[in-house]
Amino acid sequence: MTADTATAPTAAGVVWPALRWAVARDLKLALRSRGELGVQLLFYVIVVSLFPLSTSPERNLLATMGPGVLWVAALLASLLSLPRLFAGDHADGTLEQIALSPYPLVALVSGKILAHWLTTGLPVAVLAPLLSLQYAMDGESVAVLTAALLLGTPILSLLGAIGAALTLGLRASGSLLALLVLPLYVPVLIFGAGAVDAVRAGLGASANLSLLGAGLLVAIVAAPFAAAAAVRIALD
Amino acid sequence: MLEAQKLAARRGFANLFTGLSFRVEAGEALVVTGANGTGKTTLLRMLAGLSAPADGEIRWNGRPAAPFDPALRAALAFAGHLPALKDELTAEENLASLVALEGEAAGRESVRDALDNVALSRQRTLPARVLSQGQRRRIGLARMTLLPRPLWILDEPVTALDAAGAELLARIVAGHLAKGGLAVAATHAPLGLPAARVRPLTLG
Repeated sequence: MTADTATAPTAAGVVWPALRWAVARDLKLALRSRGELGVQLLFYVIVVSLFPLSTSPERNLLATMGPGVLWVAALLASLLSLPRLFAGDHADGTLEQIALSPYPLVALVSGKILAHWLTTGLPVAVLAPLLSLQYAMDGESVAVLTAALLLGTPILSLLGAIGAALTLGLRASGSLLALLVLPLYVPVLIFGAGAVDAVRAGLGASANLSLLGAGLLVAIVAAPFAAAAAVRIALD
Repeated sequence: MLEAQKLAARRGFANLFTGLSFRVEAGEALVVTGANGTGKTTLLRMLAGLSAPADGEIRWNGRPAAPFDPALRAALAFAGHLPALKDELTAEENLASLVALEGEAAGRESVRDALDNVALSRQRTLPARVLSQGQRRRIGLARMTLLPRPLWILDEPVTALDAAGAELLARIVAGHLAKGGLAVAATHAPLGLPAARVRPLTLG
């Protein structure tokens, strides 16, 4: 990371182009392989839809269970898409070029994480109001759930990026990644699903949402540096 | 000027090489040869700053260059044995993207000219997926011509190139050296560079 502190004085001038390069390229690649994205979203939709079918149709039970189910499905959808973040670039040599670029690696990695969220976390949050129809949730619960997903899914991408970079080039990296990342996801899950519970209990969601927001800020500041360091280790 | 002082590389418990010292001046090419497994790629990755030497020091223009040193990164164009091409993107898009990653402005025209130069004008809008290994290599060559960098590091640049491609490579690298550039290349086949500019280094 010493290399990036050395380039810090000119940071503003190089961070934007680096971010833009990474976001634009990864979005373009995601659009070219739409099928893969579609499968991940479909997976999320199916997992969410299986629960009302397999448990009771009782409205109160569904409304209690709904937020938790949506969060777990969002977690799994994020996990499913994480290997795509770095593994493809690692396999074809692009990651070497990214690490050797004169742009700060942290900015390039941040751009990749942002693109990952735009293609996985954001659609998951946007689909949530539609999917929550199956769970007989009231309007306020749905709004809070969506807000919590919008705050929480970027944290999943940021934390997941560290795991994805650490498991690069390992055998069975997919399952190792799940073991590594899922425990880190637990606090996000607790505060995210808890936000709706708090609303239902009449407490208001502000405490949970504030905690998610604080977590997001910490993750934005710290996770790209950790992921960038892990990328460099993976290339050594 | 690129210098190496008493470089050592270890693979497991075995030493690949130790006490390796050399100096490459502007306009010179260090041509690294050696049998498989003697550490050619390892040496090139060290010089590029991708991995840390087990011992010794690398200096760029007299200043020590640690792995991922910013000054070295700004001066370097690295072509590893992986082509860094995306199957989903066309030859043109791949090239433009790789050049933009290096912070160089690559207009449509210059990208097209570069592809014309390596005889890929007809493959310009084809996805990289359908290109042959040699054609992928040629995109890599076009990339080098678009990057105004003093130091080129090339891992097995002749691999998969046909006779015309190898000639093109020789011409491009010789042109780079003539303009005062430096090159480090690991190779099994002769590169066809002017002998006066070549510093041979044999590993193993």
